[in-house]
Amino acid sequence: MFAYAVRRIIATIPVMGIVALFVFSLLYIAPGDPAAIIAGDQATPADVERIRASLGLDRPFLVRFLEWLWNVLNGDMGVSIFTNLPVRHMIAQRIEPTLSLMVLTLTFAISFAVPMGVVAAWKQGAWIDRLVMVVAVMGFSVPVFVVGYILAYTFALQLDWFPVQGYTPLSQGIGPWINNLALPAIALGSAFIALLARITRATMLEVLSQDYVRTAKAKGVDQKSILFVHGLKNAAVPIVTIIGLGFAGLIGGAVVTESVFAIPGVGRLVVDAILRRDYPVIQGVVLMFSFVYVIVNLCVDLLYTVFDPRIRY
Amino acid sequence: MKRRDMMLGSGAMLAMPAVARAQGSRVLKFVPQANLSSMDAVAGTQYVVRNAALMVWDTLYGVNAKLEPQPQMCEGHEVTPDFKTWTFKLRPGLVFHDGGKVTTRDVIASLERWMVRDTMGQMIKGRLDALEAIDDRTFRFRLNKPFSKMLFALGKNNAPVALIMPERIAKTDPFKLIGEYVGSGPMRFNAAEWVPGSKAIFEKFADYSVRPEAGEWLSGGKRMYFDRIEWHIPSDAATAGAALQNGEVDWWETPLPDLVPLLKRNRNISVDISDPLGNIGSLRFNHLQPPFNDVRARRAVMMALSQTDYMQAVVGDNPDLWRESASFFTPGTAAYSDAGGEVLKGKRDYEGAKKLLAEAGLLGAKVTLIVAMDVAITKAEGEVTADLLKKIGFDVDFVATDWGTVGARRAKKDPPGQGGWNIFHTWHAGADCINPAPYTALDAGGDKAWFGWPKSEAVQQGILQWYDAPDLAAEKAAMAAINKASFDNVTYGPTGFFQMYQAWRTNISGVVKAPFPVFWGVQKT
Repeated sequence: MFAYAVRRIIATIPVMGIVALFVFSLLYIAPGDPAAIIAGDQATPADVERIRASLGLDRPFLVRFLEWLWNVLNGDMGVSIFTNLPVRHMIAQRIEPTLSLMVLTLTFAISFAVPMGVVAAWKQGAWIDRLVMVVAVMGFSVPVFVVGYILAYTFALQLDWFPVQGYTPLSQGIGPWINNLALPAIALGSAFIALLARITRATMLEVLSQDYVRTAKAKGVDQKSILFVHGLKNAAVPIVTIIGLGFAGLIGGAVVTESVFAIPGVGRLVVDAILRRDYPVIQGVVLMFSFVYVIVNLCVDLLYTVFDPRIRY
Repeated sequence: MKRRDMMLGSGAMLAMPAVARAQGSRVLKFVPQANLSSMDAVAGTQYVVRNAALMVWDTLYGVNAKLEPQPQMCEGHEVTPDFKTWTFKLRPGLVFHDGGKVTTRDVIASLERWMVRDTMGQMIKGRLDALEAIDDRTFRFRLNKPFSKMLFALGKNNAPVALIMPERIAKTDPFKLIGEYVGSGPMRFNAAEWVPGSKAIFEKFADYSVRPEAGEWLSGGKRMYFDRIEWHIPSDAATAGAALQNGEVDWWETPLPDLVPLLKRNRNISVDISDPLGNIGSLRFNHLQPPFNDVRARRAVMMALSQTDYMQAVVGDNPDLWRESASFFTPGTAAYSDAGGEVLKGKRDYEGAKKLLAEAGLLGAKVTLIVAMDVAITKAEGEVTADLLKKIGFDVDFVATDWGTVGARRAKKDPPGQGGWNIFHTWHAGADCINPAPYTALDAGGDKAWFGWPKSEAVQQGILQWYDAPDLAAEKAAMAAINKASFDNVTYGPTGFFQMYQAWRTNISGVVKAPFPVFWGVQKT
């Protein structure tokens, strides 16, 4: 398995190369001009042209791409066109809020969705099953930003239990950290809970109809063991797959959630960078996200062997 | 531990930030109009950058609320009767945030960088024989032609602002952003805590040399009552509004007009006009490409242009926020003129416009209208224009895009079918439209003019006449001539005068109306 993991990690290099070329090309052909934005509305066309030249944006595509690629291979993701700050520094500033939001959302979603799905499968057709399905449909149907605004209005503005916006680093205490992230995590997790609960239910229904479950019941094994030992463990592979795939969805959702709750995360960084055409920042963040996504998929593949010993790499 | 105890403990932990919120009367939390993405108000002209820079860097002169330049870093000046030799003396005891003394070397390097970028600076540079240091505190401009507007140029609030930086920073190419943020203003910029797109931090500069006079706009004593000013930048207006209502921020520079009724209902929030000089909406024509290379097409649009329609779309029905103004200049200012603006007054003449277009053979001509949909004001203006153009018989190609794309596309002189354009929208701060000097959009110098490249000898003559005007009466006459010529040429279409609100918590005092947020004199209880 170790050799497999190493092979997979090495395989990420060409994947990242393709991503890099794709992102760079896309930005090259996309309309927009950071020089015009730096210059501001009152600047003359000649000023904009001079700024563009000073930024090196008038050089040919290949020269710019190769220079950027060389720098990235040397661990240098470049410098923001606007702030003059290194992209690596800007990502480092923003990574903790985004990771915190992801971890809290995943924890929250898994701890609610999996039991919901198991119970719904166990009580198939009963009111609790229907309730879980209604919640799941609502979670799918209502956009993240709507859930976010409703939560902020109710629990921050009306009840004053949580702040409307911002982020407190974990280093300042777990209480303030959770306090700031609770509403965003619930908002971001709502759709994911719905997806995960439905998949868990469907998979559990299939597993619970297997012969070995009937045998276990016949032998008098208690319900809890049937559900969580015999059932859930065998249903885990598709659930883990969905969690891995959902991670990509969470990255997309984090962009919206971070905007609604003013969390200074990587999602907002990339949105701001796109609006301003801050090319080095966009390239750096997209490259980082694609690397994280590749690694998450690798972890999911490796987890399969834990839940299903028949799988070998 | 019982489950109930654990719940209580968690509740206490979660309540901690509310306790923390009660502290901090020495900290001001401010929501600016936009993201602070850079910190160079000489290389760039974005208002938000200018607003931040005015805290960090000081100016030699600064305008008061009557837009009169007053000495700021300067002790005073002497000028020869022919306005050709200007000698200035710095106040003693001026220091930069890094502890360095402010000397005339820093001043000269800063002015040389500024003169490259600023219209008035270029005007001075064009007449300059020498800018020389007499000693560490005295410097002199020697000009080969009179320039009576020197104090206004050095003290103006429009970007590029003549900010004074240490020589080593001021030596930066004027077309490149500076990377070190050391000024001699009342607040120092904490670059280490800067998270672009989220927050920017300014800390009180203990060694700032405060002038003895009362502070007024950019002049007088800039007394800071805060140790720390935090700029919080939510990307969403609803979040900013909620944060203000919840007391998480103290002052919001430009709340959306839609949210203002909600804020006004909150007894902990004060709402008032932010900038008495307001803004002038702009419908910008491309004078190089058909159909608007024909003045008759531009005049036809003006005959049908209803400022009421534009203003209601931009700021809503509240009549306190807008008014019609048949002028390119800011209403209520000393040299305001509406000469030649009759075309914008009275009933709108759609049939007359159609007739004029028919005479010009332009009925049914295609118009590419590029609209930044991510900016509420330009989106509203664009939608009104599309309707107007259709009514008078144009075939409208409505290109919905974002401001980043408009910013790039408007610089293209190519035909619309090859990536160019016919019309885009923007607006100009009223503070930039009080006279021709900071007003780049008014220039009608053809190829060298602002986007749209209007060309009119009469407008250019009027601008030169204003620069040479010795007194207010002469300035008024020049501005009347410029206004008339600008309407004749239809340099652009003024879509009306509008203002915006600002909102702050009632425990904040000292907030004033100005074209930029004035932090000195503001206090929090």
